[in-house]
Amino acid sequence: MDSVLTTRISKIRLGLMSPDEIRRMSVTTIATTDVYDNDGLPIDGGVMDKRMGAIEPGEVCPVCGNTRDSCPGHFGHIELAKPVIHVSFVKYILMYLKATCEACGRIKIPEDERQEYLKLLRDLEDLGLVYLKKRFHEYIRKKASATTTCPHCGTASHKVKLDRPYTFYVQTEKGLRKITPSEIRERLEKIPDEDVRLLGGDPKEARPEWMILTVLPVPPRSVRPSITLETGIRSEDDLTHKLVDIVRVNNRLREHIESGAPSAIIEEEWELLQYHVATYIDNEVSGIPVAKHRSGKVLKGIAQRLKGKEGRFRGDLRGKRVDYSARTVVSPDPSLSINEVGVPEEVAKTLTIPERVTPWNIEFLRKLVLNGPDKWPGANYIVRPDGRKISLKYVDRKVVAESLEPGFIVERHLLNGDIVLFNRQPSLHRISVMAHVVRVLPYKTLRLNPLVCPPYNADFDGDEMNLHIPQGEEARAEARILMLVEKHILTPRYGGPIIGGLQDYISGAYLLTVKSTVLTKEKAATILSASGYRGSLPEPAILKPREFWTGKQLVSLFLPKDFNYRRNSKIGSASVLRCLDEDCPHDSLVIIRNGVLLEGVLDKASIGREEPESLMHWLIKDYGENYGRFFMDKVYKMFVRVCEMYGLTMSYDQLVLSEYAKKSIEDTIREELREIDELIQLYREGKLTPRPGKTLEESLEDEIVDALSKKLLDKVADVITQYFKLTNPVVVMARTGARGNPVNLTQMSGLLGQQTVRGKRLTRGFHGRMLTHFKPGDIGAEARGFIKSGFVDGLNPLELFFHAAAGREGLIDTAVRTSQSGYMQRRLINALQDLRVYYDGTVRTATGEIVQLVYGEDGVDPMKSDHGKAVNIDRLINRYMG
Amino acid sequence: MIRMNEEINILEHELVPKHEIVPPEEAIQLLKKLGIEPWQLPWMSMDDPVAKAIGAKPGDIVRIIRKSPTAGVFVAYRYVVVEVTKKS
Repeated sequence: MDSVLTTRISKIRLGLMSPDEIRRMSVTTIATTDVYDNDGLPIDGGVMDKRMGAIEPGEVCPVCGNTRDSCPGHFGHIELAKPVIHVSFVKYILMYLKATCEACGRIKIPEDERQEYLKLLRDLEDLGLVYLKKRFHEYIRKKASATTTCPHCGTASHKVKLDRPYTFYVQTEKGLRKITPSEIRERLEKIPDEDVRLLGGDPKEARPEWMILTVLPVPPRSVRPSITLETGIRSEDDLTHKLVDIVRVNNRLREHIESGAPSAIIEEEWELLQYHVATYIDNEVSGIPVAKHRSGKVLKGIAQRLKGKEGRFRGDLRGKRVDYSARTVVSPDPSLSINEVGVPEEVAKTLTIPERVTPWNIEFLRKLVLNGPDKWPGANYIVRPDGRKISLKYVDRKVVAESLEPGFIVERHLLNGDIVLFNRQPSLHRISVMAHVVRVLPYKTLRLNPLVCPPYNADFDGDEMNLHIPQGEEARAEARILMLVEKHILTPRYGGPIIGGLQDYISGAYLLTVKSTVLTKEKAATILSASGYRGSLPEPAILKPREFWTGKQLVSLFLPKDFNYRRNSKIGSASVLRCLDEDCPHDSLVIIRNGVLLEGVLDKASIGREEPESLMHWLIKDYGENYGRFFMDKVYKMFVRVCEMYGLTMSYDQLVLSEYAKKSIEDTIREELREIDELIQLYREGKLTPRPGKTLEESLEDEIVDALSKKLLDKVADVITQYFKLTNPVVVMARTGARGNPVNLTQMSGLLGQQTVRGKRLTRGFHGRMLTHFKPGDIGAEARGFIKSGFVDGLNPLELFFHAAAGREGLIDTAVRTSQSGYMQRRLINALQDLRVYYDGTVRTATGEIVQLVYGEDGVDPMKSDHGKAVNIDRLINRYMG
Repeated sequence: MIRMNEEINILEHELVPKHEIVPPEEAIQLLKKLGIEPWQLPWMSMDDPVAKAIGAKPGDIVRIIRKSPTAGVFVAYRYVVVEVTKKS
């Protein structure tokens, strides 16, 4: 499509088709249930009548003379023996029946008032008050429906009732009487045009009686193509099947009428026709059984084709599909840069980039052309200046390579250094799509640095990701400047780093920078080599008895020389290890002055992800994203190497406590349980003081939950921490924030504590008890989900059951949350998608209406801010004063 | 306890920010500064309780001075219309 459409659609008008209109546009009436004759050719008057458009290759349409490429298809029609209701309009039919007189068909509003309302309606229309007009119609409908005697002819009206989906009754003196579609149609026909307008209808486009079908349009053949299987068996479209059903029942009904069959039989057949027409239009109407295939598969009605996510609108018209893309499983490769993506050779040979031949790259491109499509780095096609595209698969490539001249375009393979877009669904973020630099690698997975997992929320348990190759020079430039991973280390949510150390990176950083780590020359060199450092070693920190270097020295080699930083580390968050000033044995205050790590260990608070105001955050803010990438690519590699050399591991016996410690934990638990028993005793005697706003039972439950979950676990944690030192790898991981937290330690070595569902103790199950292992009415700790063992000792069967019951709550929560937040996201995006910040700082919609006079009311870009604030004075002082 | 029949001045409620009608001369200056037509401002219905309370009529521009979590104090404007519906 080269030309731009110059006409604009100014208006779309929707209405109903009148029976006349349906007959006028029809090319044939469909009257027979047979579709094909013995030769497999469509029968005239069948539902696949040739006149309804050419769909076979080479077939010429008997109506318009076009072949299938240009024949638009033509409608046919079925003359229904008896009228039936269109299911989509029952709501409106009911409204019209209620608001008008059954005898004269006029709206049940006195003539003088009617004239007044008509005038008012004209005024509303002239002023274009759409919303008010809707309310006006609502009012008139209500008023007319409430009137019981017709003000025009004085007939007392009967109540109309609707039995969904499509059966109407009138309330007579003798009881409910069914009214047939024919009767309804007669009544609707009598409504004058003016009254239709008063009730909100448009008599020109949608006369109410057109909501009752007397003739059914049959869509063109191209709308419901049949599929021929390899076996030669033809399989018809759902709509075609449904149309055959309708024709069959319709014919039978007509025969019955003509032969004067008893009215009960006609009634029954009529009802069946109504069912088929209804399910043909919408097969998900509530109240009637869904129409099915012989195999039991549910048929698709017309409404099902249009509706929903996979429907014509959301699925096809607004749906998008792309070329130049790849998708496979992802796997980790920590040796890649965070900016890179590993692309399998096979993928690199299929995806191409068009490159224009110039005098400067002609030799290079000749080589690629010579290699052809099967040898990597090669090319798949060349495009000559006259627009001819030549596949390099079937030609003498030597000749083609010779003929290459400036101005040709070579569609070459993906090469190292090309820029591509990488994406993982669900794409909830702008950082769900980022630009990566290609690194062509063997094997069949896409590879990424594990550090960039968080923005994509990817892991490697079978996740697949997508790759898209920008084809234009501008697209590639944009990707490289705006979308490259390093530009997104800081999240636009609040300006902190979203990419950062995880797991072994953090353990490694801690192990490297603890005071106890001293490195021989060999070790220091090995660690540094992991980062690709090429300079010389600094002065050793310890000279005698041997030369030793500290980990802090190695880290300092990579810090900018004017960098100052001072902040508590993660391990300092535990009160026992907190450092308040420089003079502190725990080494938990990180101090960097003039680019030298003087004191403190690096852990999650310094190099971790989603840690605002951390070391990484300030480094990136002060020295740029490129430096941030450098740090993550080089120094982080050093951290993992340290972790590997240390051999960080975790085993069962590291969690086993001494007999003495176990004893003291047991005592603590016993003590607490005794207190609970006392509480229960108090409650039984009625002496417990209730909490404000709670009943006695609730107060007791609250007291018990508080005592058994928080208080008890804290007490036990205090005991355990005395025995767990920072030499224990499990403790290292928990304290530095690499994995797990101190509560997990208590749960493993100590006890799990009280299990809860919705913040309450476990109670549901049998009458008065959760399990039959307890007596009814037992409200003691053990009977309601208290677990006094930890994972090291193991849970007894009852405890395991309690734990499972409480664990299920979390699973349900996540399942519910994802679906809800997904829908909210969709609505937000639809509401906000065209908003833009203009050069004058205002936020406006696509049509220029102002949403905010200043973006965010303060004009701050959160990505470049510190937690929404434009400047952080503390940081500036810290930076320049050291 | 507030009784149902008691008259309440909504302008005195702490959750209702300060509203005032912008004088026409000032309004013209404002629109010129922003380079917009009045309809491009956010709309406010003439039936809005606050609009009724301060006596704003269709065509008026109302200034709202309110507290903002990001900017401290923020000034917003509304264009009073007969009926708020989707703009065409």
